[in-house]
Amino acid sequence: MTVKQLKNIELNDMKNIALGGAFLGTGGGGDPYIGRLMAEEAIASKGPVRVLDVEELDDDALIIPVAMMGAPTVMLEKLPRGDEAIAAVEALQNYLGKKATAIFCIEAGGLNSTIPIAVAAATMLPIIDGDGMGRAFPELQMVSMTMAGVAACPMVMADEKGNSIVLNAVDNLSTEKFARIITVEMGGAGLIALYPMTGAEAKKSILRGSMSLINSIGEIIHSEQAANRNPAIRLAHDLNGICLFEGRVLDVDRRTEGGFARGSCTIDGLGPDIGSQITLDFQNEFLIAKTADGKPKAITPDLICLLDLESGQPITTEQIRYGFRVIVFGLPCNPQWRSEHGLELVGPKYFGYELEYQPIEKLNLAQVSQ
Amino acid sequence: MYRIGIDVGGTNTDAVIMQGDKILIGVKSPTTADVMSGVVESLKKVLLETGIDNADITAVMIGTTHFTNAVVERRSLSNTAAVRLCLPAAQCLPPMVDWPEDIKEAVGGHYWMADGGNEFDGREISPLNEDQLHKIANEIGTLGIDSVALCSVFSPVNDEMEKAAAEIMRKRLPNASFTLSSEIGRLGILERENAAIMNASLRKLSAHTVGAIGEALKSINLNCPYYITQNDGTLMSAKFVQEYPVLTFASGPTNSMRGASFLTGEKNAIVIDVGGTSTDVGALVNGFPRPASTSVDVGGVRTNFRMPDVYSIALGGGSIVQGDDPIAVGPRSVGFRIHEQGLLFGGDTLTATDVAVGLGIANIGDPEPAKKLGQDKLLTIKALIDEMIVNASERMRVSADEIPILAVGGGSILIPDRVGGLTVIKPEHFSVANAVGAAIGQISGEVDRIFSLASITREEALETARKEATGKAIAAGARPESIELLDQEDVPLAYLPGNATRIRLKVVGDLDG
Repeated sequence: MTVKQLKNIELNDMKNIALGGAFLGTGGGGDPYIGRLMAEEAIASKGPVRVLDVEELDDDALIIPVAMMGAPTVMLEKLPRGDEAIAAVEALQNYLGKKATAIFCIEAGGLNSTIPIAVAAATMLPIIDGDGMGRAFPELQMVSMTMAGVAACPMVMADEKGNSIVLNAVDNLSTEKFARIITVEMGGAGLIALYPMTGAEAKKSILRGSMSLINSIGEIIHSEQAANRNPAIRLAHDLNGICLFEGRVLDVDRRTEGGFARGSCTIDGLGPDIGSQITLDFQNEFLIAKTADGKPKAITPDLICLLDLESGQPITTEQIRYGFRVIVFGLPCNPQWRSEHGLELVGPKYFGYELEYQPIEKLNLAQVSQ
Repeated sequence: MYRIGIDVGGTNTDAVIMQGDKILIGVKSPTTADVMSGVVESLKKVLLETGIDNADITAVMIGTTHFTNAVVERRSLSNTAAVRLCLPAAQCLPPMVDWPEDIKEAVGGHYWMADGGNEFDGREISPLNEDQLHKIANEIGTLGIDSVALCSVFSPVNDEMEKAAAEIMRKRLPNASFTLSSEIGRLGILERENAAIMNASLRKLSAHTVGAIGEALKSINLNCPYYITQNDGTLMSAKFVQEYPVLTFASGPTNSMRGASFLTGEKNAIVIDVGGTSTDVGALVNGFPRPASTSVDVGGVRTNFRMPDVYSIALGGGSIVQGDDPIAVGPRSVGFRIHEQGLLFGGDTLTATDVAVGLGIANIGDPEPAKKLGQDKLLTIKALIDEMIVNASERMRVSADEIPILAVGGGSILIPDRVGGLTVIKPEHFSVANAVGAAIGQISGEVDRIFSLASITREEALETARKEATGKAIAAGARPESIELLDQEDVPLAYLPGNATRIRLKVVGDLDG
């Protein structure tokens, strides 16, 4: 598909970005709605956010990514005070003794696709057109920067009570483990600034064009909805996606555990899938889609999205309710995740599944050939 | 044994008498400003014309869009105090943050944020601050506000802070009514808070309306129980509605769709319900209204109620036609004043109904004043109305399947015989489909309590809850073989020992008899 390059993020761009972010959120990462409102407030008072191509940065520029860490179900209830992420950025700048040139989004899905825009607007810094995942993933080491050897630390975590904590762990997985414990203590969610990088490091490590991509996906969904067409068909065509299953939600089993929203969702087939069932497992994001007899239909790191059957609106795991009519939509992940190192970070074994990763195109040959 | 179904719309009050599956009579009367006399009028009509003895009526079911209309039209809403227990969290997006300005103004836009709220695991974000709440209560009192909406962070997991704060504030505001968000909503603080604030702003209107309906029934010696229908087509007691008017929000479209399905026997169709002020377009899937999967806006305010997927446009029989080039139909409507203000009844306002009457499509009132506008102009307006209807129905049509369109409601005379290539069915009693939908309102059985999963599995707990809810529905008069699961949800309560989980489950069945 042709992606229109974003140059500025204005007030009325936020609806598309939030919608595209919800789509790439693969069920997790939280509803970008709250981040959208925060970004809209900040843009309304401080003006539009400039979007930079990473090549426009000096090699010694300082880039600071910001995000929300924790269970998205928590953020749906306990909204931020508002300045936690800015406090985290300031604390990290103080620690490093250097000012940031640009803000970065490590996760182009869910709430974390919009929170960095709010921070960029409030601090009047530009945002880089890119991200570290090409989607949403549940853990902080699951980013392209880890693949390129960029350290997550020093990292700052901040909460609404005014606590801010600087972490210096030995590697990115350890950073995740320590930070996760702290998010639980912070009430299940905290705002973070991490992976401080130079322009040179960013150029070799980030996935490019993600802000423009989510904006375009949002535009497609809105325009297809306005034309009364289900966006899933056009998205499948434009993004090489696959409509894996159509059905009605039969059961949702979820719990907030270890700083994550975990659970599973069972869907009973409708239309072409009548008589069969599919189960989606999630840890914040959807990880595995499998049929009732245990045959996988999609495996992490490939993307599994849940869309409303009629409107194509993305549905997050915390929004799923009994009786919803949905499409399970699958999408191949960024190719770097399919490498050996990529699968070690985000493949099924990491999440505790005794399952070999198989690309979604191979698992669904019949649909792909259509 | 007979049942009466009543629909109090913005324009008309309709009534039907049903005996089993048979509709004995359906009548329309104008809705009156006091609600009561319109209800009395239609009740008198149906009883008089059928000669049925009041004592043989076993139940009266009432559907009303009164509260939705109040929100949509921003009228009769009381000044409301929104109090959020959250500090120091949740300051970034204050109450009513994403509301349209006009409704924020209509409820006064007053909010306070105070200490309190819980973490997901039950810990306190901060303890309640009694002095702070007294001060807020005093400010609310000074402003003369007597309806308060309280919303605490994570109150669906732990509602004690909301209850305690209400107790503290009640001492300073003895005459105020309190709406606790935990009693009407689910997780998602902005949506739940929105619902609580709207509910609070409707409490005065609901006390008045429900009281008026009760008195109306009493005044004509109808002493049987009466119910009011809610969003999902089930019935609520009058007392319950007084406290939770917000739960009636989507009952209008639900009643009209269930009524249309009942009247035509069609299970899969698009339903167009044209009232006096607005047109609702919905879809029936296997006999039930298709639910909306995402958040639903009511009057521009985001909520997370379980609601039917409905697309509404401001077009109705009473829609005011204005201007020359361009001509506009709606959004303003003369509503129930069509009987005084419409040209066809000797008034001076050109309405959508006048256009239909002037073209000879409908035969009510006096067509002459409309005819004076000339055939060309009438046809131009009619084409505009047709286009609005086609666009709305296309929006709800999601497949190329040749499903029928069911046209119901008093204003459905505006709907042509075919819409966007689909055949339109106008069933007998089409104009009172809402009242029929209310009369076939279902009985529900609900369970909402905490289960310990220490010694039973989650599946066993859900099964127990389902059996309990089914038992309650049968006890309340539901026919056992008609009972179906409508909704189930479990919220794990990480803060309680023994793997506790809150299960909310609802079953529905048809009223026996």
